Amino acid sequence: MKKDLVIIGGGAAGLAAALSANHPDIHILVIEREKALGGILNQCIHNGFGLHVFKEELTGPEYASRYMDEFLKMNIEFLLDTTVVDVKKNDDFELTVSSFENGLFKINAKAVILSSGCYERTRGSIAIPGERPKGIMPAGSAQRYLNMDGYLVGKRIFILGSGDIGLIMARRMTLEGAKVLGVAEIMPYSNGLTRNIVQCLNDFDIPLYLSHTVTNVKGKDRLEQITIQEVDSQFNPIENTEKNFDVDTLLLSVGLVPDISLFDSLDFKRDAVTKSAVVNQFYETSVSGLFICGNALHVHDLADYVSVESEKAGKSAQKYILNSKEPSKQIHPIEFNSNIRYVVPQLIDFDQFKDSIDLSFRVSKKMDSAIFKIMQNGQVISTKRAKNLAPAEMEKINLKSVTLVDQSPISLILEEVIL
Amino acid sequence: MTKMICIACPVGCHLLVDDEMHVSGNKCMRGEKYAIEEMTHPTRILTTTVKTTSLLTPRLSVKTKDPIPKELIFEALQLLEGIIIDNDVKIGDVVIPNILNTGIDMVATKSVTINPFH
Repeated sequence: MKKDLVIIGGGAAGLAAALSANHPDIHILVIEREKALGGILNQCIHNGFGLHVFKEELTGPEYASRYMDEFLKMNIEFLLDTTVVDVKKNDDFELTVSSFENGLFKINAKAVILSSGCYERTRGSIAIPGERPKGIMPAGSAQRYLNMDGYLVGKRIFILGSGDIGLIMARRMTLEGAKVLGVAEIMPYSNGLTRNIVQCLNDFDIPLYLSHTVTNVKGKDRLEQITIQEVDSQFNPIENTEKNFDVDTLLLSVGLVPDISLFDSLDFKRDAVTKSAVVNQFYETSVSGLFICGNALHVHDLADYVSVESEKAGKSAQKYILNSKEPSKQIHPIEFNSNIRYVVPQLIDFDQFKDSIDLSFRVSKKMDSAIFKIMQNGQVISTKRAKNLAPAEMEKINLKSVTLVDQSPISLILEEVIL
Repeated sequence: MTKMICIACPVGCHLLVDDEMHVSGNKCMRGEKYAIEEMTHPTRILTTTVKTTSLLTPRLSVKTKDPIPKELIFEALQLLEGIIIDNDVKIGDVVIPNILNTGIDMVATKSVTINPFH
């Protein structure tokens, strides 16, 4: 099978990328491993989606259906229940693909967009001490069991980590009749959106234990009890702060990691913080013709931001296929100071910098008030004030080509303003 | 003075409401509406699922079309417990009209084909 563009993953990112890449001269194929398009949006039955893109508040399935309806109208080819198992690159990409219906087969593609989302960190990733009973699982898995399959995974729940999925599941399990005894967060601040603290925890009087973590797990077969302890500034448990909770389930909301292991063999440049590829403003990796967007590139707070980013990646892939481009000479990394954890895109191709670029980034600590400065060649070319910054909330800043002084590297500086 | 965080959208503005119900700190009009409602009669959109007889899609996701009073949420869930969807449903279809006499409909948030092989 020969295609111009293969998009791996038919969720929020893949659908938006497919819509914008669509062109009469380009053969696109979307590969989705589930039995339906829409990805993780299908299990996110809560509302809060679409406020940026559609200017109205939608649930996850509704948000997905807007994109699916458009996608189906365009007659773009797609395969469901199909998994990509291997990728090679010579001049073109050679994908080895597997499905129950068609067995193992190969697809050649001029360009690939990786929009395969992210996976949840598990108990093994954070090494929780204690016994190994059943009843300990990532919050997103519990969400899938409950919202898609109709199974409530437990009756007495504790949640470790205050990421958004954990908070959403605290409410969801409560609504379904489970008792959520608390949420522990090792950091001194919440890792979820503040609106989720309000409407998922405060609404149901679920306590949030900041600077606490789980230090023991008991249970022979099923989970019986967990112990939480306060931690000091070095995250070491403090003696005599133990609290025990008799629970049958511990949900983990301890972080998401971009799922790009499929492409490990391609050896592209990586970002140690995002745990994904380094990309330029076209969301193209150091492997020519390989684009990455959505949660496979860096973990987003909002599906709306995934869609916006993925549309750009789709457009870039379209241009890549239709035009042959000159190799660029002026590619520089974006520099940033220690108040910023990471910036995406990591690189700017100055030879092809037209209009503007959205820089997405996260701050490294909570700040009440701060000023962003974009610097080039020793000059401040743009500033922006911001309030209530937190690592849990992604920030964006728009860099316009007209503000550039020359083609020297850009740096993004965040200065805290102490009031 | 009451401090609160707006939940009208993911921005999460920090709001201040004074004794005369003047709202500040909001970046848009939704924030003012939210703060006054929260002080007088808090409401929430309820999202949950109901049972279906479909093998591929055993749960249908639903929501209240508009926010309902916060204190009615568990009563509304109880009502939904007894519902079994055995006919095809399109996104936006009313699953329960005028839930608990609130004037607000419970609607499907996805489409379900009960037997896709027919």
